[in-house]
This record gives sequence, structure tokens and C-alpha cells, in this order.
Amino acid sequence: MDLNFSAEEIAFRHEVRAFIDASLPAATRAWLVAGKSPTKAMVVEWQKILNAKGWAVPEWPVQWGGPGWSAAQKYIFREELQMAPAPSPLGFNVNMCGPVIIAFGTEAQKQRFLPRMANLDDWWCQGFSEPGAGSDLAGLKCRAVRDGNEWVINGQKTWTTLAQHADWIFLLCRTNPEAKKQEGISFILCPMNLPGITVRPIITIEGGHEVNEVFFDDVRVPVENLVGEENKGWDCAKYLLGNERFGQARVGASRERIRRLKIIARESMDGGRPLIEDPDFRRQMTEIEVELKALEMTVMRVIAQDMKRADSKPNPATSVLKIKGTEIQQGVSEMLMKAAGPYAWVDGDPDEEGSNEWDLAPDWAFGLAGTYFNWRKQSIYGGSNEIQRNIMAKAFLGL
Amino acid sequence: MDFDLTEDQSLLADSVRKMFADGYGFEQRKAYIKSAEGWSTAMWAQYAELGLLGLPFAEEDGGFGGGLTDTCLIAEQMGKALALEPWFSTVVLGGGFLRRASAELRRELVPQVAAGECKLAFAQVERQSRYDLFDVATTAKREGGGWVITGRKGMVLHGDSADRFFVTARHAGGQRDHGGIGVFMVEAKHATARGFRTVDGGRAAEVEFDKAHAILVAEDGLPMVEAVVAEAIAALAFEAVGCMDIAHAMTLDYMKTRQQFGKPISSFQALQHRAADMLVALEQARSMSFFAVQAAADSDADERRRGASAVKVQIGRSARLVGQQSIQLHGGIAMTMEYACGHYFKRLTMNDSLFGDADHHIKALADDGGLVKAA
Repeated sequence: MDLNFSAEEIAFRHEVRAFIDASLPAATRAWLVAGKSPTKAMVVEWQKILNAKGWAVPEWPVQWGGPGWSAAQKYIFREELQMAPAPSPLGFNVNMCGPVIIAFGTEAQKQRFLPRMANLDDWWCQGFSEPGAGSDLAGLKCRAVRDGNEWVINGQKTWTTLAQHADWIFLLCRTNPEAKKQEGISFILCPMNLPGITVRPIITIEGGHEVNEVFFDDVRVPVENLVGEENKGWDCAKYLLGNERFGQARVGASRERIRRLKIIARESMDGGRPLIEDPDFRRQMTEIEVELKALEMTVMRVIAQDMKRADSKPNPATSVLKIKGTEIQQGVSEMLMKAAGPYAWVDGDPDEEGSNEWDLAPDWAFGLAGTYFNWRKQSIYGGSNEIQRNIMAKAFLGL
Repeated sequence: MDFDLTEDQSLLADSVRKMFADGYGFEQRKAYIKSAEGWSTAMWAQYAELGLLGLPFAEEDGGFGGGLTDTCLIAEQMGKALALEPWFSTVVLGGGFLRRASAELRRELVPQVAAGECKLAFAQVERQSRYDLFDVATTAKREGGGWVITGRKGMVLHGDSADRFFVTARHAGGQRDHGGIGVFMVEAKHATARGFRTVDGGRAAEVEFDKAHAILVAEDGLPMVEAVVAEAIAALAFEAVGCMDIAHAMTLDYMKTRQQFGKPISSFQALQHRAADMLVALEQARSMSFFAVQAAADSDADERRRGASAVKVQIGRSARLVGQQSIQLHGGIAMTMEYACGHYFKRLTMNDSLFGDADHHIKALADDGGLVKAA
């Protein structure tokens, strides 16, 4: 057993950190430190910088532009981005659709889509969930019917994250309604600018516009936009969902938020003393820090196993990542909001005209309540935490 | 980064596992508890034969040069077997001090310890000290060319069978000062030990030192105590993971066989989710036990102390959840003395309280600034 990073890995961490320090636009960093979601322009600009460096698609094979990193290097890279904080490469392109095309796509599809995905010339979004197919994803109804050289798509997708920015959507469509529900699904690529597509915003409880409903009304795409075999789309979906094993742990992101929490708790007064001196507050914060340390070690265990035996049986530790990762992030977001006290409730932006002109609320308080409300989503998406427990009971506990 | 065991480590864990498989059935263990010592002298002889008692000591002192990971792997198996012998007090605690003692003392005692002929114990807890290692009222005074110790220590694990005690005693300063605490060694014949049974089936003692003749091990002893306790916390973490592993596995087996409402209770989602939560707690504890080994080796005493506290918090929280839920999911059967699950729960609960429970350490760690440094 050797639980430390190697000298090369530590050197790699320094290299990544130095590159981020030198290349990340200051305005983007400040925006993220304030707890706000990056704008489209920020994400695109940063991914192009990463791509120029050869670092935009860590998970892809070298042939398609991947840097050829070990699992430990990928982890270090992800963690450094989260701690900076910097935007992550767009997950829909880099972690979801890209790997599916690499694994299941034709040579022509790879040539056509992958370079533009890596450089974020095309922004992709994910068309999986439907009003009637959430946790039970395979119950989806959106139809694609073959008509000559085209697929004709009719139906509705929902919770489509950042569809308002997207150039393309990857879809799960029902292509055989007679088959068992997992066996009649196909994975289809569709441009977002076609006639018949309507994007309707869903405003979430904090007031943000992240997710959308997307309607398809006789939308026609060429047959070559099918990825993999017809009616075998569920294999693509399972591959895609199983691919992201560490993404939801977000240890670096939580560490960055805890650092922020400590700074805010020094500046926030409670009973005439800085909040950080309050034993109850400190104790709650420390409980989360301990859980985060354990989660970090759990991530390391999974990575170490991956590096040794890429094809090995899933490690039960993997199922911990989503549940604990999201619980920790939600816990920190709640503590951040509570640390800001009454000032957490200011809506909008501190620089907005007419807002907080006398600076009675500190700038750092803005958006903390919003993030708390927004982050309740974390235990719902990506397979709700209850679905994760179902999976654990079946896959690891034999129940 | 590599979490796999070396071949030697796997062999070690396997041989300990096999020893317990042969010698530590539920009924056998019950008989050991009822014996005069409260543990098995025959097993103790096997520990010595297998080399477990000399493992962490340097080869030049008569040991086998094992590391903390080896000690922890043994501790994990001790947890799975609910072993009763004075291994933890002799090898982990006493051995921790002995490894740091003078060459003269090491040469004298290590071969005896390795042979199973000398059992050690750590006399630290006092009536008022609770979990504070620095809260020491027992006094040490120079007398003639040596030292004498006066005071009473409680909850001395296996103090009734120890041949030598390592004792914290104050030679300077006030009762709660961090300075002025010495570590001493006292032979059992100079002390009075009154043994008793602990709730988990183990043994401990009250020990009285009345101007007891003592050998100085460390004059500024608190740093040494903290270093030994950090190693002990790592061993306890592995022991707890061993106990949790068994308690969880027993619970899953039971859920699959116990029928109610015409089907196994494992088919009920509410119970499945509880079992999944136990797995999350167990895996987080396992991860933290690895960190415990790393933290105990930290050369920065502040980092080491914070790391050890974090370990105690996570292990304690996980142990409570896994222990309580293993009883709950079994139902009444696990409430009985005749069923092993409750014994794991008791051991887990006592494990948490050794060298400070999770509540003690969360407070200590919070007061110490936590683990994440503010930018």
C-alpha cells in the first residue's frame, strides 16, 4: 500500500495549477469565486484555451485528441480545475456524447463531430429525460420513425440543461414501440436549428434558466445521424451513464466552497464575534470536512483500482461517490447561505443598478441562497440518490 | 498511489484470518471470556508463534520490522474475530512506547514481548481526565537515582494481566498543562491492579501506583503519547472496519433468509436503502482507515493530530450507523446475547470511545481549524 501521489503526479499537479493561473481569464475566475454559474462565453473561451493546450478532452483516446493521461492525472486535472475555480470542459461534449461516438460511432461521425466537440465549436445538450421518463428512463416515448433516408422525430424532452446554448442535441428515441422497453430505443444526433424544434425555458426555484423543455414536431434528420445500431440505443445510454464514475464526487469543488465558507465566516458577525468563532458553526463545518476527506480517499481507491485493472468488477466504493458527493455539496451550500445570515436573501447582482447601493449587504452574500436552492437538484439528477441506493442493493448487496 | 496489499501483507492477513477461523468460533470465544484470564492463553501462544507479537519492532531489537500497515491489517482481523487477547495493549500501545524507548529497554523487553512472555499496558485515563491526554494528576518525583510515581489510573486495558505499565505522570506544571508530563515504565509488582470485565467482553483494570518505582521513558512525554495514540487510532480504525464488515455481512445474510409477509425482508425497499446507507458508511470508514495510516506517519505533529481526530470522527459516525442499523434490520434476534451481531455492536461502540469518541474529536478538530485551510 502506498497512498501518496508519486513525484511525477505531484509535478503534474504543479504544471496544471501553473497553467490555470497563467491562462484562466481573471474575470471568469472572479465570477466563479462569487459562486455564479459561468456564462456560455466563459465556458467556450476557456475550453478553446484548454483545447489549444491539448487538455480539453482528458477522457478521450490520444487518436482523438486526448492527452493520454493516467486515471490519477485525470483526477488531478479535474480537481485543480474545480479548486481554481475554473469552468470544466463541457460535460455534454466531453464526457457524454463524445465517448459514445468514440465507442459506437462510424468513422465518418468521428471525423465530423469529435474535433468540433473538443473545441466547443458545437455546444451539445442531452435529450434523455421526458415528462413520463425520469428515474425510469427506459420508459421514454419520444418517437423516431424511418421515412426514406430520414428519421422523423416527434415528442418531448425535458430538464434539458443549457439547451438554449446548444447547436446539437443527442437523443434517445423510441424506434420500435413493439419491443421490450429497453430494446426499442435508438441514439440519434439532431441539430437544434431545424424546423419543428421548440425550446421552452424552465425557470428553477432560485430564478435561474438552466433547464428547458424541448419539443419535436416532425423534425427530420438524415439516417446517418443514428449512432450505433438501430434499437440498440440503450447500450449507448448505459455506456454514457456508466462512464462518469468520478464526476459527481466533485471533491475539488467542495474544497473550494469550504475555503470560501471559512473566509465568509470570518467576515460574518454573530453575537458580536466573527461567526467562525462560534463552536456550533465550526462543528457543523468540520463534520463536512471530515466526510469530504473520507470521500477524497474513496475517490483515490476507485482510481487506484482503475489504474491497475481497467476491466475489473465495479468497486462498491463507486456507489458512494454520487451519494456522498452530492450530500456534501448540498451541505456546504446550506452552510454558505446560513453563514451570510440576513444578507443571503438579496436577489440579483451586487453590481446591478439600484441594488445594494449603500453596501449594507456584503458582495459575497449575493447568490448564496440561490445556489442553495439550485443545488437541491444534485441529489435528483444523474440517477436520484434513491435510484443509487436501488443500484447498490442490486449490484453490491445482492438484495 | 496503490491501495493493494503487498504479497507479504496478504500472507500476513491470511494467516491471521486462518488462525481465528480455527480458534475463534462463537462458543470458543464465550469460553475464553469465562476463563480465569478472560482471554485465551492458548491463542496468545499462537500469536507469538505466528510472529504477531514481535512484528512492529526493529529486527535489531528482536522484532520483525513490520510497519503500521501490518499492525493495522492484524487489527482488522482482530475486529472480525472480536479477539479478546491483550494484543492491542501489548503490541500497539505498550509496543508503541517500547519502540520509542531507550536501546537498553528495547533490548531487554522486545524479545520477551515477541515471545509472549511480557504483556504491556498503557495507564493513562484518570478520574478527571476524560479524553484529554494532557490532563494528568498522577505525580512523578525523583527519588535517589530514579523516579517514584503516585496516583490512580482507570480503564487500563488488560491492566490486570500486564507485566509492565507505561504510565503518564506529572513531574512539573499544573494538572492540565501540556508540559511536565513524563512517560514512565513501572513493573507490575510495584503497582496494584484490580481487574474487571468490560461490557464488550474484554478486560481492564484500575491500577494504583503508591510511590511506585518507575523508569523514565520520556521526560517531555506528551509528544510521544500523541504519536503512539495516533498509531493506536489507526489500528482502532481498522479494527472498527473489520467489525463493521462482519456486522454488515451478517445483516445482509439475515435479510435474505428472514421471511415476513410471505417473502424475504430483503425485498422491501425501505430496508434495502438502509442496507445501502450502511454500505456508504462502511466504505467511507474504510477509506478513512487508509488515511489514518497516512496521518499517523505525518511528521508535522499538528497535521497528525488533526488527521487522527478526523479519523476518529468518521469511524465513530460510521460505526454508530452500521452498528445500530445492523441491530435494527435484524430485529429482536440481534438483541440476544446468543447472537454475534450484538457483540460487534458493543465492540464498535467501545472502539469509538477509546482515545476520544467522535464528539470529542469533532470539537477538537473544529477548535483546531478543521482540515481545509481557508485561502
